[in-house]
Parts: sequence; C-alpha cells; structure tokens
Amino acid sequence: MAGQVTQNMSLRQKLRRAERRKKIGAIGLITPLFLVMLIFYFIPIGIMLYRSVDNSEMSEILPHTAKAIQSWSGKGLPDESVYAAIVADMKKAYPDRTLARVGRRLNFDKVGFYSLLLKSGRKVAKLQGPPYKDALIKIDKKWGDHTYWTVLKRGLQNTTWLYLLASLDLRYDDNNRIVKVPDEQAIYLAILGRTIYISASVTILCLLIGFPIAYFMATTSTRTRNILMILLLLVFWTSLLVRTLSWIVVLQNKGVVNSILMSLGLISKPLELVFNRIGVYIAMTHVLLPFMVLPLYSVMRGVPPSYVRAARSLGATPIVAFFKVYVPQTRAGIGAGSLMVFIQALGYYITPALVGGPKDQMLSYFVAFFVNERVNWSMASALGVLLLVLTGSFYLLFGRRVNVANIKLG
Amino acid sequence: MTPPDNSRRKKPMNSEPFHVRFKNVQKSYDGLTLVVKDLNLDIGKGEFVTMLGPSGSGKTTCLMMLAGFESATHGEIVLNGRPINNIPPHKRGIGMVFQNYALFPHMTVAENLSFPLAVRKMPKDKISQKVGQALEMVQMGEFGDRYPAQLSGGQQQRIALARALVFDPELVLMDEPLGALDKQLREQMQFEIKHIHQQLGVTMVYVTHDQSEALTMSDRIAVFNDGIIQQLASPDDLYERPENRFVAQFIGENNELGGTVDAIDGDIARVTLDNGDKVSALAVNIEGAGARTMLSIRPERVIIDPDESRVPQAIGGLVKELIYLGDHIRCRMTVAGNDEFIVKVPNAPGNRRLKVGEKIRIGWITEDCRALDAA
Repeated sequence: MAGQVTQNMSLRQKLRRAERRKKIGAIGLITPLFLVMLIFYFIPIGIMLYRSVDNSEMSEILPHTAKAIQSWSGKGLPDESVYAAIVADMKKAYPDRTLARVGRRLNFDKVGFYSLLLKSGRKVAKLQGPPYKDALIKIDKKWGDHTYWTVLKRGLQNTTWLYLLASLDLRYDDNNRIVKVPDEQAIYLAILGRTIYISASVTILCLLIGFPIAYFMATTSTRTRNILMILLLLVFWTSLLVRTLSWIVVLQNKGVVNSILMSLGLISKPLELVFNRIGVYIAMTHVLLPFMVLPLYSVMRGVPPSYVRAARSLGATPIVAFFKVYVPQTRAGIGAGSLMVFIQALGYYITPALVGGPKDQMLSYFVAFFVNERVNWSMASALGVLLLVLTGSFYLLFGRRVNVANIKLG
Repeated sequence: MTPPDNSRRKKPMNSEPFHVRFKNVQKSYDGLTLVVKDLNLDIGKGEFVTMLGPSGSGKTTCLMMLAGFESATHGEIVLNGRPINNIPPHKRGIGMVFQNYALFPHMTVAENLSFPLAVRKMPKDKISQKVGQALEMVQMGEFGDRYPAQLSGGQQQRIALARALVFDPELVLMDEPLGALDKQLREQMQFEIKHIHQQLGVTMVYVTHDQSEALTMSDRIAVFNDGIIQQLASPDDLYERPENRFVAQFIGENNELGGTVDAIDGDIARVTLDNGDKVSALAVNIEGAGARTMLSIRPERVIIDPDESRVPQAIGGLVKELIYLGDHIRCRMTVAGNDEFIVKVPNAPGNRRLKVGEKIRIGWITEDCRALDAA
C-alpha cells in the first residue's frame, strides 16, 4: 500500500512537472489582459466606487475639530475645546480656500452649512483668544444649535454613507436616524424605476424586431445573410453620437418622417416623435438591436431545420411548430440577447440625453450631471454604485438561467 | 450479407391499390438541373421499400417530396389515391424518422411522444395510454421522464421510431435513421425496425446509402443514381440479376471485364475481351453485335480450375495477392488486363491453396456472367 502511495505521489509530481511548461505558457498569454483589466478597469472602478463613501478630505481640512469632536457625546453642545479646535481649523482653512469644500459637503447633509462656515471663517480671523464658544455663537447662533454639531460630527468621519443613502432617497434626520427624504425631494428611486422601465421596454422592442431578423438571417441563403450581417454591423461603424443625432434629423417636427406623413395627408400636424419617450425608445432600440440579433442568430443557426419538419410531420401546423418547437430551442439566444440589451440599456446616457425630454433621463444622466455640473463626485459615485448593483443583480438573477456561455456575437 | 428470407416477402399485386404513387415526378432546385428526373414508383400497402443510392442521387429529395417538405417541380404524388402535391405536411399524416432523430430537446421522452397526439387534440388519458404502449413497443418503458440528451444514440433512435408510429400513421418514412449508430447497434436496429414493420403492417419508405441495410430490410429496393431509378427489384434480384453496370457495381462486390460483343445468340452474347480472349455471357443490357460491353461477375461465382466440360469458357489469370479471411481466401488477380479482379475461394476441403505469382485458369457458368452496358 505504502509503495503504491509513493508511486502515485511521484506520478502526480511527474504530471505536474510535465504540465508546468504548459501552465507557464498559459499564464504568459493571459497576463497582459489581466494587467490591462486591472489597471484600466478594476482599479479605476474601485476608486470610483470608493469615492461614494470616502470622506477623508474633511478630517484633513479640519484636523483639530475631527479629533476634538470625538469626545462629544452628541447630547447638548460640545465643550469649549471643540469650539477652540474649529476656530483654529477655520483660521487656517479659510485663507487656504479649502473651507468652501467642507462647506459644500456639509451643505449636502444640512442646508445652511455652507454659508455658516464661510461667514464664520471670514470672521474668526478677528477673534482674540478663548473662550471661543460664546464668540462663535455670537457670530452665528447656529453654532449653538446641536443639530449642526451632529451633522459636523457625522461629516468628519472618514467614511460616509450620506451619498449612498441619498441615492436611495434616504437621509439622516436631526437625531442621526436614517429616514426617507420628503416626497418632494425624492427623485432617485423614481429615476431608478424609470431606468429599469425604459431598459425593459427597449429589450422587449429589440426582441420583437430582432427575432424575425435573426430568423430570416439564419434561414436565408449565404449571400443574403452576408448582406444582412453587413447592414447590421454597419451600425457599429458609425459613432453612437452620429447615429443618435441622425434620429433627431429623421424624427423632429420638420424631419423626414413627419414630412412624408404630412405630404401623404395622413396627419395634419407633426407627430411628437423626438425629445420624448418615443424618441428614446426608437433610438435606443436601433442602437441596441444588433446585440439582440447576433446572439439570437448564432443560436438559431444551430437549430437544425429537421426539428420544425419533425413537428410538421407529426401533425403540427406551422404556427404550433414554430411556438412549441422552434422558439423554445432559441431560448438561450433570447435570454442572452435580452440580458445584453437590458444591461447595456441600464447604463445608457448619450441617447436619452439627446433624444429624450427631461422626464426620460436615466440614471447615467444624473451621474454625469453630478460630475459635470455639481462637481459632486461622491454623489456621482453613489449613483454609479447603485447602477452597478442594479446591473450586477440582474446579471446574477438571469445570467445563470441564460447560461452566459451562449453570449457570443458571431 | 445475409440473403433475405424470400418466403415472407409480400410482393405488391396489381389488383391491390397502391399506397403511394410517384407519377412522372421531377424536381429542380435551381431551374437548370433536375435532381429527380421523371420518377415513377408505385409502393404497395404494407410494403417496405428502400430508396438506395449514393449521396446526391435524389433519394432524399424524393422522400422529402413525399413528406411534403419539398414540392415537386413536375408530376404527381398520389397517396391513397389522392394527389397530395398541395397538401401541407401536417395534414398528410405521414410518420417520419429523421437522420439525426430530431427529438425535441426541450421535451422529455414522454412529451416528445405526446406531441403528435396532443396536436390532434386527443384526450389526456388516451394520450398517456398510447405513449405507454409506444414506449413498450420499443422497449423503452422506463425512459419516459428522461430528456433526449440523457439517452444514448440507440435509445434516441428507438424514441424517434416510437414517436413516428405513436399516432398510427399508415405510412412511415425514414431518412437514413441508422446512419449515426455503430455497426453492431445498426444491425440490431435493422431487425427491430423490420419486426415492427411486420407487426404493424405499415407501409415504410426507407432511405439509405448503405446497401447491406437495404438488402436486409426491404421488400423492394429502388436503386437511385443521377436522379433516376436505375433498378427497382427485390434484394435477391438486385444482387443476382443487376440490369445495368451501375447497379452491378453499387450492390455488392463486382468484377468487370471490358469487351466487344461479337454476336448475340438468343440469351447468350459472345464477347471478345480486350485482351482477345473469347467468352460467352448472359445478354442483359447490350445494344447488339459490335457494341462495347462490360461483363459483370460476382467474386463468389468465379470457378478456379474449372471442369472445362461443364464450364464452357475458361481464361487465364495471374494471382497477384492473397488475403486470408478465415472462411474464405480473397484472391486478387489479373484477368484480361483487369488487375483488380477478385475471386473468393471458399476455405473448403479439396480446394487447392493458391500461390502469389501462380498462373491459373478461371471460368464461370454463363448465366453468372452478365453482359451490361459499358457506359
């Protein structure tokens, strides 16, 4: 027995040695891809996601306050040492022009903090020696309001959930509890719902339009198939922006579609086809159609015609044979195509931004909005997290059923 | 090749109505060439007819036209006395077994078998009873809940057969159904299909390119080549009495000797072989004196060192190669310029052992040598 074991061990070692060269080769081939993914994909995304909770900037700008406020229980007002610390920090941060950044972040939590900090920052330079508590309250009586101190304490922690909560229409109340924002301020859940709704609608439209195209491509002659394939792939050779803008040209009030319909006398005044939901559906369906057609087509090509023939010979009408026998066999393609279209649609930005109205904007639009207009990276990141979690959960939910191996484009 | 048992054969009689009739059927896919040229074929009720031929000979096209998946370019296909050219496949009521079985992969075996019954709106209890019977018939009773992918090739084959029969069609078509099975399983299935055919009495039209399969199973075989039925005959006729060179070559092993017809004397043709030897053969398919002909002799019908009083012709041959096969010895020789001339020498007592390089005399009974077209 023992002899056999050692023999087996040595056999295993021999095998390992023989396989080593192959393994090194494989690792060598995969390393560049891995590095590129790491440097240009995972690291930036990681940083971006971290930004949604990163709050370390605050304690760097107000270091003394951050330390001193730890001792405050949160009840009543903090003691003199905390007031002294914030005065010292403001004296430094105001001329450094970093106080405004702190103000902007705190203002996101509690409106009024920005003006409070700037006003106080301007005036603390003139303060002569302690005690600072009364002096600060004299500058602005908000310094005597413990809710502002609650916000400040929360805002000086190195991580913050504020932005992630905001992306779910939640916030802290004055007692540091998580509550829903007032209805008139709640927007992100609605946008989330709209994003899912638009993506699902586009997916269904792509499926309805793409299925017959894919079926035709899979069953027609090689020549016709090649022409169709080129037409389909042509979409990828034109920039997304150009394609979207051309839809505006086609769909606008004096655009091609309306002109034709009016000259035919079918309508008397132009249809509203763009800068609304219809425009978003049309343009997004067009842009995403190839991602539905290609996986469908590749699955359909693998379905031998003999299945439908068998169904027909067994007495099924063409319609029954199609729905009972053919369609179930393209399920993998339907799943793969729908998942690809849906997940891509979730993150769409340019197309709805250009051809949609204000009520047709999706989550990505608000990511861009917070980066470009508000310079609020934290909120943009938080919405990014929301989008990523949404996409990821849909993928986990449906990806396994769809069998991801079927997602191929040829 | 086991010569089939003739006694059980049901020859179609003219008084019996034909179940299937192809009348002057032509088929072209491109409008330029005919894949099927003027096909005429009558198939009797309960008959097992095989369409045999090399790929591209038009046999599958004929089957597809009968099933309704291809339309005839010209001519008429009649089923039970009714032209079916314009009847869609699902109304023809023909059972069909496909080359790759075409079992629906998303349905269990039982669901596959229920399909033809369900589309006929049969009540549920009746369906499960019929499905059970069909599964028992192919000895697959235990497998109703499996999916086709969980079955072996042979099991899938049985299910495909059961599915084609479960709705009691009178006509069953089979398109190379055993092509994907290994040799042993194929032979076993051949007998099973044959037995089911005898049991149920359905008409079967079977397409294959495997001649031994055709010979084993069929009542009659239609040998296809180039869109034409070269010969329609029972297996023994086909093997022993081929009517043209293609059939002689396609069915079984065959030796060919080229020559010119000197004279035709009743049934007998006097032929001068290309090397000058003179032999006589049965005149089957020759134009007349002076025409080229190909003589066809089966390897097992060649006699070595013939008794020249009994066998009228004997010509010389040179032994080139000997292969020992146990029950017989396969001898390749050069005869009248053909160095692929095969003789099967039975390994029987009294037969002398040949040696490579030996010059011997060979001969045959005149009826065993058929003078065929040289085309």
